[in-house]
Amino acid sequence: MIALPESVEDIVVRLLRLANTKLPMDIGWALEAGAGWETEEIAYSQLGAIMDNAKKAEFLGKPMCQDTGVPVFYVSGRFDSSVAKDISAAVRRATEEIPLRPNLVDPITRENTGDNTGLGSPFIHFMPTEDDFLQISVLPKGAGSENMTRLAMLNPADGVDGIMDFVTDAVLDAGGRPCPPSVVGVGIGGTSDVCVAMAKEALLLPLDHRNPDGQLRKMEEDLFVRLNSSGLGPMGLGGSTTVLGVNIRKAGCHTASLPVAVNIGCWATRRASVRIYGDGSYDISQGVF
Amino acid sequence: MEMLDSPLNESDVRRLRLGDIVYINGPIVTGRDEVHIRALERAGAGEDVPGCLYGATLFHCGPIMRRVDGRWTVVAAGPTTSARMNRLEPEFIRTFRPRAIIGKGGMSSETCASMRENGCVYLAAVGGAAVTYAESMAKVDGVEWEDLGMAEAIWRIDAQRFGPLVVAIDAEGNSLYDRVNDSLRR
Repeated sequence: MIALPESVEDIVVRLLRLANTKLPMDIGWALEAGAGWETEEIAYSQLGAIMDNAKKAEFLGKPMCQDTGVPVFYVSGRFDSSVAKDISAAVRRATEEIPLRPNLVDPITRENTGDNTGLGSPFIHFMPTEDDFLQISVLPKGAGSENMTRLAMLNPADGVDGIMDFVTDAVLDAGGRPCPPSVVGVGIGGTSDVCVAMAKEALLLPLDHRNPDGQLRKMEEDLFVRLNSSGLGPMGLGGSTTVLGVNIRKAGCHTASLPVAVNIGCWATRRASVRIYGDGSYDISQGVF
Repeated sequence: MEMLDSPLNESDVRRLRLGDIVYINGPIVTGRDEVHIRALERAGAGEDVPGCLYGATLFHCGPIMRRVDGRWTVVAAGPTTSARMNRLEPEFIRTFRPRAIIGKGGMSSETCASMRENGCVYLAAVGGAAVTYAESMAKVDGVEWEDLGMAEAIWRIDAQRFGPLVVAIDAEGNSLYDRVNDSLRR
């Protein structure tokens, strides 16, 4: 635990810097494991360049990818309305200081706001809980992977097989565009909006997170094997490392519905979380607390 | 592994084979969505287009740039998804005759056909390897159309040992992505 007189804004700038410059350890391990399986020169060269780049980024304190994305925030625990303003100020500062690429534009005029805020952003999900701390997680989401998002309102009769085929097609049809090896976030159930949100939030879970639901865990493992047997490989250039992990979340849904959403994270699935306690001290983690 | 000198000529690129791993020395220019739109609009209207686009080694990239002591430096610069440029790329290739396009994820069969007809290859850069590529882009020669914003402007770079790059679409229009897709196991 570190105790420094830092404001929430300071801490969120720190969080954005960490997420953008340091690959979570579980992702690094998964990349190394993948490289061990590759027999083709091209696939091996892609993974080698990725790991080399991640090490340079961390050492130099530079963003590992030029697409520093649109930062998606998750706020839980105890908080008041000022946290939104603090996060917004932190995004503006981080854009200048790290620096991050100004990515946020008006969807129609395509005019860039210049500081990654404005027009309804930064996007923040609020989940008040009874905890005695404020937790803020950030997921900087690049467009290459985000553009491959899919939602299907399947028929209940499509069942588990229908879900597995839909997720497989979403990943394989995306080809090399989302920068595989990917992390696959899947939402099952809810309403359409909840389903897509679950798929993205699943990317916050570390790859070594064990799904407490046995049936979902089996589906994750089956998808992992099926996708890595496909031959798509790193960057879609062929090979055996197509995905680094599959995380599934579910929620109840209408008896007549079976919503399924896929949100793909690139190899650089960046994330960082902080818990800020009442006395101003805080813990930062890129995995679980 | 092979070193190529940019600007490339047609015979340089015609002899490259699918799967070759190459590095580039010399001028490259960045250009993505907005550059394609504006360049074709202006060329179509008979207006001036920056000369650096003609015969270029074109990099689908929206870098992070920073101005230090009045000089631009590249902070991070990996490839962007080339498929977004599919609609305009065949005409862009016919009009500006780039000899190599660097990007990620591959391009459409219409673009492959235009590459074959005009003698252009597609070189796959490693998506997200932005610090590695930035290191080989030490010298920034200038910027055109800066009003498009940092990610969309044309950055003129003098690259040294820029790579690794995989020849993923050759100048005959053969695509490594198609080969991988044709043999995918679902």
